[in-house]
Amino acid sequence: MSANEFYSLNVNGETMSVQDSWVGESLLYVLRERLGLPGTKGACEQGECGSCTVLMDGEAVCACLVMAATAVNSEIVTVEGITTDSELTDVQQSFVEEGAVQCGFCTPGLIVAVHHLLGKNPQPSEFEIKEAISGNICRCTGYGRVFAAVEATIRSRNDSK
Amino acid sequence: MSVIVAKELTTALTALREHGDARLIQGGTDLMVEINFNHVKPTTMISLRDIKSLRMIRTDTPGIMSIGSGVPYSVIEGEPVLTAIPALAQAARTVGSPQIRAAGSLGGNLGTCSPAGDTLPVMFALDASIHLSAIDSSRVVSIHDFMTGVKRSVRQHDEIITAIDFPIINGWQGYSKVGVRNAMVISVASACLVADHENADVRIALGSVGPTIIRCRAAESWLKTTLDLSTRSTISLDVANEFGRRAAEESSPIDDHRSTAQYRRHAISVLASRLLRKAYQ
Ligand SMILES: Cc1cc2nc3c(=O)[nH]c(=O)nc-3n(C[C@H](O)[C@H](O)[C@H](O)COP(=O)(O)OP(=O)(O)OC[C@H]3O[C@@H](n4cnc5c(N)ncnc54)[C@H](O)[C@@H]3O)c2cc1C
Ligand code: FES
Ligand code: FES
Repeated sequence: MSANEFYSLNVNGETMSVQDSWVGESLLYVLRERLGLPGTKGACEQGECGSCTVLMDGEAVCACLVMAATAVNSEIVTVEGITTDSELTDVQQSFVEEGAVQCGFCTPGLIVAVHHLLGKNPQPSEFEIKEAISGNICRCTGYGRVFAAVEATIRSRNDSK
Repeated sequence: MSVIVAKELTTALTALREHGDARLIQGGTDLMVEINFNHVKPTTMISLRDIKSLRMIRTDTPGIMSIGSGVPYSVIEGEPVLTAIPALAQAARTVGSPQIRAAGSLGGNLGTCSPAGDTLPVMFALDASIHLSAIDSSRVVSIHDFMTGVKRSVRQHDEIITAIDFPIINGWQGYSKVGVRNAMVISVASACLVADHENADVRIALGSVGPTIIRCRAAESWLKTTLDLSTRSTISLDVANEFGRRAAEESSPIDDHRSTAQYRRHAISVLASRLLRKAYQ
């Protein structure tokens, strides 16, 4: 049975229409292949690696596990929409400065996960930081520089208060 | 339309009755993996994600906390569940990663009905009841009757799991799980132990060591006849280990890609013994 789905998604504040898709397509696939938003990465397609992390109604979820056509009533934010500025966010800037980006494949997912963490909990403990990114696999950095980047962001936010 | 995004339960129930091929989806953390890897080719999907009534936690019946089938683990981990049903909050906290817990639900854990489902031993130890609704009927089934085998349950095609009732226990409860690391791990063996001070008894249910969750009724009654649990005094290592040995005897684990039967049996004896001593510390 063929199913040509037509629906609209709210992504990064814009209404975007999806045409001629198949019912089982994941949000990850639709973002990348149909909506021209390749910032969200895909590796495992089974929720294990976190490289596809997006915000759905403010919660960090794996886009590969969201059936795109069921997300019609939700607000989706991808790494492309994490800021409306053309500048990097403070989290992104800290990742660059602390050398937390090597191959960069995990980076978009981590950036979204860290924005989500600091939005909910501006002063996380070391344990809370570890737990918040436990669903984001990075095979390059060994995480030390990622933690340094999160801590640098927290420090700079505290200093600018 | 082959994807129905229901906002009301009745919309979903009507669509489910109409479409014999329809699959339900809540958080998608089990089903989307199947779809992404072509194990399931959906034709008609009914999304429960936007049904608010499935996301409620109710306490209107005294002595019972009723958790909607769509409440995500990220909510179950915290209050009010943490205080009322600590073992369930602990089990929820061990599921996957924050991203998985933001989406996954009890309805999905029951819908999949895997013996490794982390919340199922808690339901078995607490004698939880499952609410099932069809468009023209509804029923409440004990968890002991609900799960019938590996990924098998008594749920009929036209039924939606709406809520799970957990009795609030006066006593101690805990959930422990053995896996290869902390985050993102499907259990190799798990156990939920409940020490009910009102009834002066102990209940224990095991996960990942049989085709269904296993309640160790023989070990439970051995303990009750061996000790006077109403004194709530500490339990000796010897008694705890014997309890663990008996619990492991009631398990029926297999060798698979995650572990061996022998290791699983050993893990159960240790988990059961430790949980029991903790309960009466
Ligand atoms: C990376 C990863 C890690 C995981 N780790 C764990 C873990 O540690 N422990 C664990 O227990 N599980 C784990 N899981 C499995 C999964 O997250 C859980 O089983 C979760 O509870 C599924 O809930 P869901 O809402 O996402 O289900 P869905 O995928 O939406 O649905 C699962 C099944 O249940 C059916 N269903 C859903 N809701 C209902 C309902 N209301 N009535 C009837 N049927 C329904 C669906 O039709 C489907 O067959 C993991 C999954 C992933 C991808
Ligand atoms: S691609 Fe989604 S978690 Fe790996
Ligand atoms: S930088 Fe390469 S995977 Fe993280």
